Amino acid sequence: MNVLVEVESVHQAELLDVSEAGPAPKRIIAGFGFWIFLLSDIVMFSALFASYAVLAKASAGGPTGAQLFDLRNAGMETAFLLLSSYSCGLMSLAINSRHQLGTVFGAVVTFLLGAAFLNLELREFQDMIAVGASPQRSAFLSAFFTLVGCHGLHVVVGLVWLVLMMVQLSLRGFQDIVVRRLHCFSLFWHALDIIWVLIFTIVYLMGVLP
Amino acid sequence: MTDTRWDVAPGDRPAIPASERSVSSGLLVYTIGLLLAAILTATSFWVANTSAIWAPGVPAGLAVLAIAQMGVHLVFFLHITTGPDSTHNVLALAFGVLIVFLVLAGSLVIMANLNENMMAHGEMMNLQMQR
Repeated sequence: MNVLVEVESVHQAELLDVSEAGPAPKRIIAGFGFWIFLLSDIVMFSALFASYAVLAKASAGGPTGAQLFDLRNAGMETAFLLLSSYSCGLMSLAINSRHQLGTVFGAVVTFLLGAAFLNLELREFQDMIAVGASPQRSAFLSAFFTLVGCHGLHVVVGLVWLVLMMVQLSLRGFQDIVVRRLHCFSLFWHALDIIWVLIFTIVYLMGVLP
Repeated sequence: MTDTRWDVAPGDRPAIPASERSVSSGLLVYTIGLLLAAILTATSFWVANTSAIWAPGVPAGLAVLAIAQMGVHLVFFLHITTGPDSTHNVLALAFGVLIVFLVLAGSLVIMANLNENMMAHGEMMNLQMQR
């Protein structure tokens, strides 16, 4: 009996402890909410991937992936995006230790690598359209431009976001809200890199297979 | 004590004592991630270009490498681990993966099936699966 009471009281104390801890801090709630957004974004990309996979062979007599894709270009794009993901990770380390110079440096490197990626991608699109492989040529090309262009659009949004965050950082310093937004930005940037892994595998590498 | 009670936000590293939480250990994690991702990327580009591998097995190999690289990104860059503190993040991720799988596999199965059944009609305006 005595033991039972004791166990019960310990149990209650634990419950009380948890409830007294209150709701999770805003940093964790914001991060989790943004994580949910990222997952829904990935679900949207899965629909684009599905339509690409269905239409990949429907080139309507026009140019096929094997004729259009340049693997060296895709490899360089991959390297730029992977390195920018790494520098974004280093930036979040600098943010955690509240190191302003390191943060700005990481952001600049991330921005430049992302811009280099975007430059290569836009040039690739231009070259393809110049040889007549525009989105209206075939279902395959419509699906290709939608999928890869949507990823490129996300990169553009990320770059604009990064610039805005640097402005906020210079105006407001490491306030909690700025740190939260920077944290969400790094999640976004890493998620873009994950989607690019799928793009270069499914679109480029599998596209040039005989 | 109270610090360890909180869950971990996605992207945060799971609860590490403040004494051990240093820039250098974080740097090490990101660098290992970068190296692994670079190795996997280089391998998949090599697999796509080489003739040393049995050709019909190449797409499966590429898929495995891509999934491995996504895992590396999740663990080393996004710090999504199976630790008790990040249960919410992992559950949300699992649900996302389920939906992605349903959308992808469902579309592919349905369209392949449809394509097969429509083939009897002959010309299909070159829209689907021109082989």
